[in-house]
Order: sequence, then structure tokens, then C-alpha cells
Amino acid sequence: MSTGTTKLDVVVSDVVPVNELVTRFHFRRRDGQLLPTFSGGAHVVIEMRDGERTRLNPYSLMGSPLDTREYTISVRRDDVGRGGSLFMHSSVRPGMEMVISYPVNLFSLDLRARKHLMLAGGIGITPFMAQTAQLAADGGNFELHYACRTASLGTYADELTERYDRRVRLYHDDRDERIELDRLLSSQPLGTHLYVCGPSGMIGWVRDRAAALGWPTETVHFEHFAAPQPGAPFEVTLAVSGKTIRVGEQQSLLEAIEAAGVDPPYLCRGGVCGQCETNVIAHDGKFIHNDHWLSEEEHRSCKKIMPCVSRFDGGSLVLER
Amino acid sequence: MYAVNIEPHVVGPKGSVLENLIDVDEHYVAEMQDRALVLAEDPLRCQSLPHMTLAGWDLLELLMEQQALGYPEHFTLTRDGDKWRWINRPLGIDDSFTFGDVSTLPYGPMEYITRQSQGDFCILDQRDGNLWMDAGMVTTQADWSLDFDIGMNFFEWHAPVPLAHEKGIFTRALKFLTNIQQGKPARRLNWTMTINPRLDTSPENYHKWGPDRATVTPENVGDKVHLRVELQSFWRLPRSNGIVFPIRCYLIKMDELVTQPKWARRLHRVIRDLPEELADYKGLTRYRATLVEWLSKLDDGSPTSAGFGPD
Repeated sequence: MSTGTTKLDVVVSDVVPVNELVTRFHFRRRDGQLLPTFSGGAHVVIEMRDGERTRLNPYSLMGSPLDTREYTISVRRDDVGRGGSLFMHSSVRPGMEMVISYPVNLFSLDLRARKHLMLAGGIGITPFMAQTAQLAADGGNFELHYACRTASLGTYADELTERYDRRVRLYHDDRDERIELDRLLSSQPLGTHLYVCGPSGMIGWVRDRAAALGWPTETVHFEHFAAPQPGAPFEVTLAVSGKTIRVGEQQSLLEAIEAAGVDPPYLCRGGVCGQCETNVIAHDGKFIHNDHWLSEEEHRSCKKIMPCVSRFDGGSLVLER
Repeated sequence: MYAVNIEPHVVGPKGSVLENLIDVDEHYVAEMQDRALVLAEDPLRCQSLPHMTLAGWDLLELLMEQQALGYPEHFTLTRDGDKWRWINRPLGIDDSFTFGDVSTLPYGPMEYITRQSQGDFCILDQRDGNLWMDAGMVTTQADWSLDFDIGMNFFEWHAPVPLAHEKGIFTRALKFLTNIQQGKPARRLNWTMTINPRLDTSPENYHKWGPDRATVTPENVGDKVHLRVELQSFWRLPRSNGIVFPIRCYLIKMDELVTQPKWARRLHRVIRDLPEELADYKGLTRYRATLVEWLSKLDDGSPTSAGFGPD
């Protein structure tokens, strides 16, 4: 019934370099109205028109949910990625008209928590910017542990410290500071919920230690957007629409399917929401699964693929699309 | 037996119950008085677990905005930051309050606004890939109890529904509902039957309405037996990321329903052919034969056209 979400026509109201890697973008509605209210942890999908090419990339909203005059996102430049962040950094200017999706939250706060323990790594800080603002406004109990490479790459570390003081703890890799995870996880009051967003190695580490230390899985929340990885081009036959398409090196399978005029549903475009799950009809080759939606068993079965992040290496692939 | 009848909740024809996304009709004042009476007798019809207050504010915003949008002659909402003023002319209410500050309203936000909105409201918390019945205002229900279901998840509160679990209906429905997006509400219709035009057919009050089922005779079917249609809609709530599920009940007596020959024909066939498990679940068993016999005289066997509008 739905492909993606309702769209919003916005104008870029400001572009602010934050440090050598990160730039912040501000969006307002073109009609001057307020933007939809959102909840901390929500993301929007930004449509990037780059010549012939359209990219749709998700970014966490990082402003306060209490202020919907504008939305803000922070984009970390990825020089070896597929070009979305480079496009944002090099081509998006104040005054530019863009289209973004309604907010979607796949990393929601559990409002039953007596305490919210947040662990951020690098640019994974962005959803916590909104969540801490939401909690602070209502007297919520939270504690944020934020690991970054260096002080100058500690995006928003100063703002967070200024706002929340001792509720924020910073760890700098270059000073050999490490989150003392086991101690932290072993000393929380009952009713604490754990949230982690950062590089996948960090998410895996935190989830493993939490499980080993007896944290119930319902209390461990993580945001695991895998950006689609570039890879060798491959050909795919779309059986339902009767088309054969080629997936380019810098293109995701989902983008190639969309470019052929077929619109599978999607929400996150990062391998977590499950919307674009696609059945495999036939294959001769190897799947490169990069999602966090299908189970390992499903990955091994070669019967399903998440086209937003996963690829294929082999002779032929036929999908039910 | 079960039909997938979910569609986008968008505005429908003028003069229909879909003219506005939250329908206010000529029974508004009476239904709100009926709700107040039910609550006075049984305050547990309205419950909100401690983590659901934010969702209550979401619902207050949604209902105030929708009612003011659809019926500006009856309702006015003025917002200046978090200073809000709400005027409800039919109920003689003019309240100024601070959005987000419970101490500025006479009730919690959910109770405040659902005492001024027709239909039942369930607020579902979304977590762990499931939906949880963690708040609601339920005074016009078809034989289910909020006090019993509070805190249950989607599969638990639907456990009594026959034949649907085996068909995987609830697994698919949950997948659909957990993906409902902000700004894109959906709706479906549900139905059962009620004896006498009674909105509150709750388990708590079974002693008041249950025995009515034994009073149906061939002579009084047209006046006593009512088709009960629930317009259920599903909305993503923006601040809490919960889902609100309004269940709006409409009753029509058989005498009125059969004024449309298509409706008489179709209802006869549906009631006649309903699997026994469903008839039992809907509570029709005791008067089903009487009703089918009465309706059969209005079914000439000709086909019914698609859709539920009259011919």
C-alpha cells in the first residue's frame, strides 16, 4: 500500500560546517508551515537529485522534537562511500529546494525505562541529540557515553556537555580513553534501558557484553543503519515486471530496481526495517548479505534478499519483483 | 470468511461518515453524556499506564486538530507555542492550558480529550516488534474489556478470535500496523450485532445486556436487532511513536437497514453462511435462526453489486 512515506517539500535554510568531516543541514518547509512533530531517534530519507541519478539516504533528525520550525541532520563525509555524503557536502547550498520523507522512527525510546543509558560512537551521536533533548524537557533520567576519535572530531561534544554537564561522559581514542563497558553494564539500576548507535563493531561489542552480563534483549536497543556498500556490478532479472537490469558499482540493488521504474516499498534503506524484503526465484552465484533484518538461516537459505543493502556475485539472479 | 479490508484513511464523500477523518455527528452530546455515566459507574474503562502520558498528549493534539478542522462551528483550537486554548461549544467547554503540563487540565490528556470525542480509543505502545495495549478509553465496546486487556500485546488481546490465528492473519496485521507511518493513517471496518441500540456492551455489564439476546422474536427482529459497524482507524503518534486505534461504533436497526434491498439481500446471505465459530464469537447464536428467517423473506436471490453503498 505504501512506497516509503509521505513527502515534504523543503528548502535548505542553512548549511553549517561542524568539523573537518561533519556538516549540518537545516531544512524548513517551503510553504512556511511547521514541520511534522517527531520522536527522538527518528530519521528522514533525503532525496538527492544528482544529475541523472537519484539517491535516497536516511539521516537521523538531531534537533529537539519540541522545535519543528526546522529539521536538522548531520552528515559525515565518506570519501570512499557511494557518493551520497559527498553530494550533500559539495552540492547542497542554502536556498536549495529538496524533498524529504516524513519522519520514521526505528530507534524509539522505551518510555517505560527508569533510566536511559546511551552509548554513542562517532556520528552515531545524532539520534541521541534528539533523544536527550526530548528526555531533558520532561525531566527524564539519562546518561550518555560518547566515544570519538579526537576532541576535534567529537561532533557536538561541547554542546552536549554544556547542556547536560555530568550526564555526558566523553572518551577520546587518541588519548586511549575507553568506555569501561562491563563496569557500566554491571552497575545500572533495575529498569535501565540501553541504547547504542555507532560503528557496527561497537554495536556488536555492546550487544554481546550486555547479553553476557544478563541484560534482557528487550532492554537493549540499537540503531544499525548499514549504508549500502559499493561492489562489483551484476545483472538481475525482475520476474514480475519482466525486466532485466544491471546494478552499477556505486548503485544499490534497490536503486537499480527503482531506476527501472519498479517501486518496492521501503522505509530505512539501511537493512533494518524489512520493508523491501524480496523473494529470490532462481540464482546461480553467491549472495553478499549486508542487512540486519533476515536471520542467518534466511541468509543461508538463498530465498530472500534485502535489496537496499545486499548484493550478488555470480551468473544469474531472478527476483520476484 | 475473513476479508482484508484495510485501506488508506482518507477523506470520503460529503455527507458520509468519512467526510472528516474523525467523525462528529448528531449523537455527539448524547454519546458524551453516556460516556460520563459509564465512567462514573466504572472508572476502569479509562486507563493509562505510567509511560503512556506522552502518547495521551499526542492523542489530544490529534483529536483537537481533527475536530476543529472538520467542525469549526463547534470546535476551535488556538495554539501559541505550548499555550493552547480549546473551545468545545456543544459541551460548553472553554479551557486554556499548557500543552505537556498535566497539572493544567482537569484530567490526564487522554481522558480529557476522549471525554469529548465519540468512539473508543486504544493507544498502543510499540516496542520489541509488537504492539501493547497500554492505554485506552473504552466505553462503547462489543464485549471486550480494557481492564482485562490492559498491558497485553497484539497476539494476547486477540487470542479469543477464532480461526484467524491459524491463517496467519494476526502476524500479517501486526507487520502492517507496526509500519503505519506518520501522516498516513489507515482504516478498516469490523462488524457484529447488538440487541437494542446500546453502545456499552461490555463484559462488565453483561448482566444488563446479555439477557436481551433471549428476547428476540419474529415479531420484534426489525426493531430490536441492530447491525453494529465499527470504523477502526490506525494513526502513528508523532512524539511517543505509539499507535492510536479509534474504534467508532455505528448502530442501525434491521427495519432501517432493509429499506435498501441490496443491504437486506446481502446481510441475509452473510448471516446465513457465517461459520459457526464466528457466529458464536459474535454472540449471534441464540437469535441467528430467527434473524435469518426474517431476512430470507427480503432476499429475492438476485445478485448484489460490489461495494457497500446502496444501489
